Amino acid sequence: MINIVILTLLVVIAIAIIRMKDLFAVVMLLGIYGLLSASFFVAMDAVDVAFTEAAVGAGISTLLMLVVISMTGRREITTRHKPFSALFVVAITGFLLIYGTLDMPYFGSADAPIHGHVAPRYINDSMQEIGIPNIVTSVLASYRAFDTFGEVVVIFTAGIGVLALLSVVRRPEDPEQIAVINDSMHERHLVIRIIAKILIPFILLFALYVQFHGDFGPGGGFQAGVIFAAAIILYTMLFGLSTARRVINQSLIRLVAATGVLLYGSVGLATLLSGGNFFDYNVLANDPIAGQHLGIALIELGVGCTVAVVIIIIFFNFAARREMQLNNKKQHQDKKNKESSSC
Amino acid sequence: MDIVINISSGLCLFVGSFLCLSGGVGMLRFPDFYTRMHAAGVTDTLGSAMILIGLMIISTGFLVFIKLVMILLLGMLIGPTTSHVLAKAALHNGLEPQLGHEDADNKETTSSNP
Repeated sequence: MINIVILTLLVVIAIAIIRMKDLFAVVMLLGIYGLLSASFFVAMDAVDVAFTEAAVGAGISTLLMLVVISMTGRREITTRHKPFSALFVVAITGFLLIYGTLDMPYFGSADAPIHGHVAPRYINDSMQEIGIPNIVTSVLASYRAFDTFGEVVVIFTAGIGVLALLSVVRRPEDPEQIAVINDSMHERHLVIRIIAKILIPFILLFALYVQFHGDFGPGGGFQAGVIFAAAIILYTMLFGLSTARRVINQSLIRLVAATGVLLYGSVGLATLLSGGNFFDYNVLANDPIAGQHLGIALIELGVGCTVAVVIIIIFFNFAARREMQLNNKKQHQDKKNKESSSC
Repeated sequence: MDIVINISSGLCLFVGSFLCLSGGVGMLRFPDFYTRMHAAGVTDTLGSAMILIGLMIISTGFLVFIKLVMILLLGMLIGPTTSHVLAKAALHNGLEPQLGHEDADNKETTSSNP
């Protein structure tokens, strides 16, 4: 019953997103969409996925899109032409996809291939082989460690891409000017600054809890990294980009992002050198279970570092672009004012 | 003892759900942005607080109780702050509250509340 309600709401929101022209409202609706899908995953008992969706879909991606909107403007440009040929192609593809699903086994049926292949082994033997209560973590970090390695590399590549495309050379800043801006901001955002100062330590602590509690409950490196980054982004938004740049050393965090991937890969190499398969943690310690625990903790740490830092890097570069745009506009206006006054 | 716990918890839950429901009605029915925001603020501060207190009363085990207290503290911190920030941002961007005069058009208020 609750599934039907949530799915209906999802469809309604999707239609609203397509129809709306105000991009700010669209981003807000996307956040709601993310939160609703997270609750849908909770209703389906997939808590880990729900956690990730709530952190990434409803939290961070909304934030990044807001930063982009603040640069591009919040109105969608109306198109005059009606793309009927595109609609035709999409309709045919959709029809073929739906036709394809007819051959698939029913949702949740016991004899579906996905339930007969490796899933029973994961469910039955995970406790003896890996020895941690959360099966999702044991599948993600141990059985399927190679796939997760690929995911981390993808995230790292995204960070590199943003750096390569958007990073701007910054002029050295005058500390006095920063202090002046800070004071004016302090007056304007007093309440929210104080509340954020109270909250940020707890958010960071919660991120660490999620990181190291991933073996026992929902959580792990991905979610922890996102929460950690969210705390830092909150700080950046309230205390200004230049202050945050002085707190967080840019070249250092780039190093941390690379170190996360390196740590993950090195664990794999260490298992190879100790005589096991790639990412076979059993050989890391004398006791196979202890080896598994060590391996999972290490690679989760690598994942957490990379995810957190890549998101911070993306946000910083977006925000720096925006700042540059604003500065350019201001200079342009100043020049114009001067010219008009001289005339 | 049992009946006292049950009744008091039920009372808290009822008041909380009533406040949430009335907040929802207020969101739809109030005339301008600020009054609507007041309705939303009531929902996520007092409404959720009453529900959490109701759950605390019937909670079994210390850990559940502590977790609920933490959620309550977090809600008490964040709810009023977000309301404050929202109102401040609206005022800063020049959205005037509707004071008494009925003839003002509702265009701004509807577009600013997606």
